Amino acid sequence: MSIFVDSDTKVIYQGLTGSQGRYYGLLNREYGTQVVGGTNPKKAGEDVDGIPVFANCADAVEATGATASCIFIPAAGVYSAVMDAAQGGIKFIVCITEGVPAHDEAKFYNELKAQHPDVQMLGPNCPGIITPGQCNIGITAGHIAKPGGPVGIVSRSGTLTYQALYELQQKDIGVTTCVGIGGDPVPGTSFIDCLAAFEADPATKAVMMIGEIGGSAEEEAADYIKNHMTKPVSSYIAGVTAPPGKKMGHAGAIVSGGKGTADAKMEALRDAGVKVGLNPTEAGELMAEIVASM
Amino acid sequence: MDLFEYQGKQFFKQFGMPISDGEVAFTVQEAVSAAEQLGTPVMVKAQVHSGGRGKAGGVKFAATVDDVQEHATNILGLDINGHIVHRLWIEKASDISEEYYASFTLDRSAKKHLGMLSAEGGVEIETVAVENPDAISKIHVDPAVGLTREAAQVWVDGANLNPVAVEGAVDIVMKLYTAYVEGDADLVEINPLILTPDNRVHVLDAKVTLDVNSVFRHPDYAEFDETQPRDEREEAAHAKGLQYVGLEGSVGVIANGAGLAMSTVDVINQVGGKPANFLDIGGGANADVMAGALEVINNDPEVESIFINIFGGITRGEEVANGIIEALNRVDIDAPIVIRLDGTNAEEGRAILEPALNDKLMMEPTMLDAARKAVELAKGADA
Repeated sequence: MSIFVDSDTKVIYQGLTGSQGRYYGLLNREYGTQVVGGTNPKKAGEDVDGIPVFANCADAVEATGATASCIFIPAAGVYSAVMDAAQGGIKFIVCITEGVPAHDEAKFYNELKAQHPDVQMLGPNCPGIITPGQCNIGITAGHIAKPGGPVGIVSRSGTLTYQALYELQQKDIGVTTCVGIGGDPVPGTSFIDCLAAFEADPATKAVMMIGEIGGSAEEEAADYIKNHMTKPVSSYIAGVTAPPGKKMGHAGAIVSGGKGTADAKMEALRDAGVKVGLNPTEAGELMAEIVASM
Repeated sequence: MDLFEYQGKQFFKQFGMPISDGEVAFTVQEAVSAAEQLGTPVMVKAQVHSGGRGKAGGVKFAATVDDVQEHATNILGLDINGHIVHRLWIEKASDISEEYYASFTLDRSAKKHLGMLSAEGGVEIETVAVENPDAISKIHVDPAVGLTREAAQVWVDGANLNPVAVEGAVDIVMKLYTAYVEGDADLVEINPLILTPDNRVHVLDAKVTLDVNSVFRHPDYAEFDETQPRDEREEAAHAKGLQYVGLEGSVGVIANGAGLAMSTVDVINQVGGKPANFLDIGGGANADVMAGALEVINNDPEVESIFINIFGGITRGEEVANGIIEALNRVDIDAPIVIRLDGTNAEEGRAILEPALNDKLMMEPTMLDAARKAVELAKGADA
């Protein structure tokens, strides 16, 4: 079992003909993902290493029955790509692209909610999603994830997502699904969406959650865990020692006025019964203890 | 990207909002001639990216040109919360009857735009929010729908402004929303928005933060980028397109991904060291990016050791390894380097690095081991 994607998921790569789209599209196919098509309005009818290219998602969905897409389009084209996917019948859109303007994100997030309520978006600015051994959509190195379970992972940061997978693999702990929700201001999928899905997934017995400073998503997740989750959670928040007022790379990672600090987030999580580690390795060790006690 | 007040006002002016006439001055002489041209009385206002300018003595009323001379002399060079004043905004003084507050920003929890309007302007809005939250009239605007005049009217009516200000305020908040959306701003704030004795609603201050991700559709924002305050190290990193934040310690940090870079800073602190910086080389880092990152760190005289922490996703291990080798050939790196490399093609990367290892270039298997090693080297250098 898994959440959101599995071995039956058929995926269209929007931007398959670009260098990044091609590299990761082929890498994902090699992993076992059903990469059934790509899109590029100027290259319809061509193929990329045998993968057919369509003019748009509607054509691709009609021809292949795909339900998911993965966006490797430059930031300026992401808004159109998201709407093309939703209008074309894609139900799960994964957007890897970074640098998308916040106003575009806010707009397509709300347009999807209003016009395509059955569509779920992951990202932008995320590493994607992997159900180890079955389906890898995005830029995660598949070999660092051990298939099976019992742990689900949800993370706001790309490289820390890999770090979390790696820590668990080193301890011979399997992962049901690992979701990188991205660090942008308006993530299509939230911590809570993933926590709810993991809570409902019978194969997932515990959840590892990687957050970072800025915003209030971790505090909201803590509130959800406290009131709705029965499964144990371990966590790590990046930016514990970040000086206040400094903006560290991510649009999401800004600390100001005592709000959104790592301390506030860790306290909220501990209050919800979450085991909080001070670095990714410690969070992995805490998860190993949780798994060992099952 | 934060704008100075005068840049924010010029930005607002493009969207038809009423601002006072004024001029930028870099010297006392320029301030005086600006005042002569505008006609006194004027305000002499320090232009820095910091709040609390008035309290720090950076905003003064000048009734005469002599006053302008005196205030400009005092304010230029003033330190306001760590920001040195290098430029002034000389603006025609306004008569004020009442002071309001208006802003738009993104409410990340609601995933909608949030407008805030208050009759209690001119002070820290955070204080009003805590002590008298009902004094702030709020509106959530669906980005897919936009702000209608009807909704703006209801919102403004809820703020209990002076009745004579309502029509002017509705007009300004509509324009403020347009500026916020079309200008791709993260924040637009007017504090104070004033009512004059002759019943005009007028923009007296401007705080604007623009979204750097939107620059591709606003090529004119390049001029704002040039006036961002950066220290020497940050300027060098920015010129190379690197995400860099200067810190106070001795362990230089290079990592891929903001989360991993933050985590690296955390781990260095936890094992007893002090990071010299935060540096995210991002996804797709190649030899050039790595070489540039090493150059920036190498130019920081405080750095005693360098910790390169790479976990490959989009960045492939052999690219990282080749980048390090090439950078070492290009730049004479002073401090010892500790590398931790994992993820996509990590083994290929490690194989490339292996022959180059020596007492100035080391490799450790885990993040914690590498952090300990880098901190030990930095401390050894201090002793």
